Amino acid sequence: MTETAPSPPKLPVSLAANPVLSSWIRFSPEGQVIVSPGKVEIGQGIVTALAQIAADELDVDIGRVRMVRASTAGSPNEGVTSGSLSVQQSGRAIRYACAEIRQIFLKLASDRLGVGTDALDISDGTISGPGNVQTSYWELAGDVDLDREATPGAVPKKSTQRALAGNSVQRLDIPDKVFAHPRFIHDSALPGMLYGRVLRSEISGAKLTDLKQDAARAVAGLVAIVRDGNFAGVVSETEDGAEAALKALRKGAAWSAGETLPDEDGLAEWLKAQPAESTVIDRKTAVRSGEKHRTIRRQYTRPYLAHGSIAPSCAMAQWTGDHVHVWTHSQGVYFLRADLAIVLKLPLEHITVEHMEGAGCYGHNAADDVALDAVLLAKAAGRRPVRVQWSREDEMSHAPFGAAMAIEIEADLDAQGEIVDWRHSIWGNGHTARPGRAAQPALLAATELAAPFPRYISTNPAQAGGGGADRNSIPLYDFPSWQIECHRLLTMPIRTSALRTLGAQGNVFAIESFLDELAAERGEDPVEFRLRHLSDPRAQDVIRAVAKRANWKPSKRDGAGYGLGFTRYKNTGAYCAVIAEIEGADDISVKRLTIAVDVGEAINPDGVINQIEGGAIQATSWVLKERVRFDKERITSNTWADYPILRFSEVPEVEVELIQRPDMDPVGAGEAAHGPVTAAIANAVFDALGVRVRNLPITRDRLIEAMELTS
Amino acid sequence: MPSIRFRLNGVETDVDADPDSSLLAILRGQLGMTGPHFGCGANECGACNVMIGDRAVASCDTPLWSVADKDVTTIEGLGSAEDPHPLQRAFIAEQALQCGYCVSGILISAAALLMQNPNPASADVKAALDRNLCRCGSHNRMVRAVLRAAAEMAAR
Repeated sequence: MTETAPSPPKLPVSLAANPVLSSWIRFSPEGQVIVSPGKVEIGQGIVTALAQIAADELDVDIGRVRMVRASTAGSPNEGVTSGSLSVQQSGRAIRYACAEIRQIFLKLASDRLGVGTDALDISDGTISGPGNVQTSYWELAGDVDLDREATPGAVPKKSTQRALAGNSVQRLDIPDKVFAHPRFIHDSALPGMLYGRVLRSEISGAKLTDLKQDAARAVAGLVAIVRDGNFAGVVSETEDGAEAALKALRKGAAWSAGETLPDEDGLAEWLKAQPAESTVIDRKTAVRSGEKHRTIRRQYTRPYLAHGSIAPSCAMAQWTGDHVHVWTHSQGVYFLRADLAIVLKLPLEHITVEHMEGAGCYGHNAADDVALDAVLLAKAAGRRPVRVQWSREDEMSHAPFGAAMAIEIEADLDAQGEIVDWRHSIWGNGHTARPGRAAQPALLAATELAAPFPRYISTNPAQAGGGGADRNSIPLYDFPSWQIECHRLLTMPIRTSALRTLGAQGNVFAIESFLDELAAERGEDPVEFRLRHLSDPRAQDVIRAVAKRANWKPSKRDGAGYGLGFTRYKNTGAYCAVIAEIEGADDISVKRLTIAVDVGEAINPDGVINQIEGGAIQATSWVLKERVRFDKERITSNTWADYPILRFSEVPEVEVELIQRPDMDPVGAGEAAHGPVTAAIANAVFDALGVRVRNLPITRDRLIEAMELTS
Repeated sequence: MPSIRFRLNGVETDVDADPDSSLLAILRGQLGMTGPHFGCGANECGACNVMIGDRAVASCDTPLWSVADKDVTTIEGLGSAEDPHPLQRAFIAEQALQCGYCVSGILISAAALLMQNPNPASADVKAALDRNLCRCGSHNRMVRAVLRAAAEMAAR
């Protein structure tokens, strides 16, 4: 558990990495506060939460806060917007920077007005004291040098003194989106802009052996056909023209055979048979071990999952001599710049990468890939900007997927069925191949050039950073001993990278399903069973809260079932407990998800609830419907018809209880629900039908398969 | 190129283009309306929905010729910040989106529903929006927002 009072004082991580105060906060002559975070809006409402924090700490109306989009031209470098860390990292940095800035201004105001700082009050940026003396941030701004480094020890307001944080302020970006004011990169046009499209084969890893260009050249509006090795694309005066030229170019293209993809029906066997790097993630040795009576072993799998953004990825690029400016919905502008610099062999300062909003990405999709595509196509456009957008088919087949996983849990039980030892092993590709992390680029087109870079094989972040495939694999429960192992594949025929929760969804599904099975075997209530093995009071609180809210356990009715799932995301983040109510026999329908969540201080409670609801519904879609399909040579689920997701008529009711802890450090909410929702649904299926489905997704076929195994 | 005339958000509009062009391409290209979004190009996601008459249709696979002499309404024609449609007000009140890319198509489907059925039940709303995909999981908020708008319109 973390308490807020830091001693000895240390700067928050993002502020320590970017200590210059003016890189975060400036005051404009027009009476605005300009806040410049390194994190970006990806539909999660972060910009609003950060504005709330700044407005609170500085005592200004939130209407005065202008949020700047991240850019390598001047924003703090906060790495990547991922892992539910934005409030934790950016929020803390802004809170501490503002607390210090507030004191700097109070000190100067005190000197000017001849009033002690204690007697001064700030209201909407106006600093006033006894006898009607007053000044303001903006009046003093010219005499305050914020180009100085933050000093540790600034004391932010107490939670009870905050006016905005803890309140459900309406999101700043929503009006633009319902009134269709262009905010998305897809809707942005630059003067003289051209349109680009890239040609890619459906066949995985195929090489471009021939490219007849005549038909594409004849299409009206064509500006250029670009080819560099296996990378090819078109640039046109119009978007329609670019589409038509691409269609013509595709007809003129010949491709080699590609590389063989695994058998989608034998994934677990395949994952376990690949060359892998094996790591012991964690080991706990028993102080006093009970006597092993028997061993239970279970295997769980999850398939490859698509990010499935509603918008195909999009980027703009414009060259000026040997400098290039890139507009992107990447989650990490500095990281993308680093990869672009490797591919282009340019110094970093020749590349500016600026964020613009895209649709929700849910992790590392093709946002970064299309940025390199745009940069390569724009080379053929003189000094004109080019906007490049992927097709739906490419988005669903060439963007990285969330990695498939095989998970084996083995527990030794004593004569009473109590756990005396626990072993958890994971097989699968790494969960991260984001750009900017290595000496080689992770961008798709980099592997297609005439002088190609090798394919970047996904890795796993260290457990200290939350882990990757192993995320949430270390038990939160007080088992006497355990060993956790991870086998990361060294081959990657199907491209994987970060998808919301990384390995946590799979691991929580496995652990919570296994526990449910053990509890059922003992005839013990699953809520009681979990509480008995948890000593963290915050963990117990969310489980008790959700049980109470869902009237656990509702009496049995035909064709219905109830199941529980719990986790603390990344073992250090948000606590989340879920009870699922399902119905059905052949096709499972999730009727209701009741959720209790503890994110510490909730800066924007409705924003937290919105994230939890969204995560819960997305997880329901993963569990019931989603699975990337492929044959020996290509990804076949490249349309919404072949990769169905949950529809309005299939969405469960979602009820969220937020446990407020205003004095605890805030943590993110975006990924807390996926694991527990997955497990809760699977456990509810068992409650209703008496079968354990251990291979996701829980479709009719999988139910039949599981029933056959049971009988 | 032949000229095709239709009413776009109440304004008589002439377009010189290949009649087989998709309506979405014309709206976003020549006519500069970026409200309808490209999502899939195959009438599978609803991000590009517009109203033709009082029906919500995917503009990505609607040929231009088919809207000749018809009324086409995009999200831009529904309302504005100064004069919002009750649905737009309700979506703000319910904070009924996350990323918002799908929302212009969803507002159009909802507007078409309310023209045909001013007093829908929750199941009617879900049925009317069933062809619109939302990936962020804002479905329940959107349904609440549509019901809220319907109630507001009924109370007028």
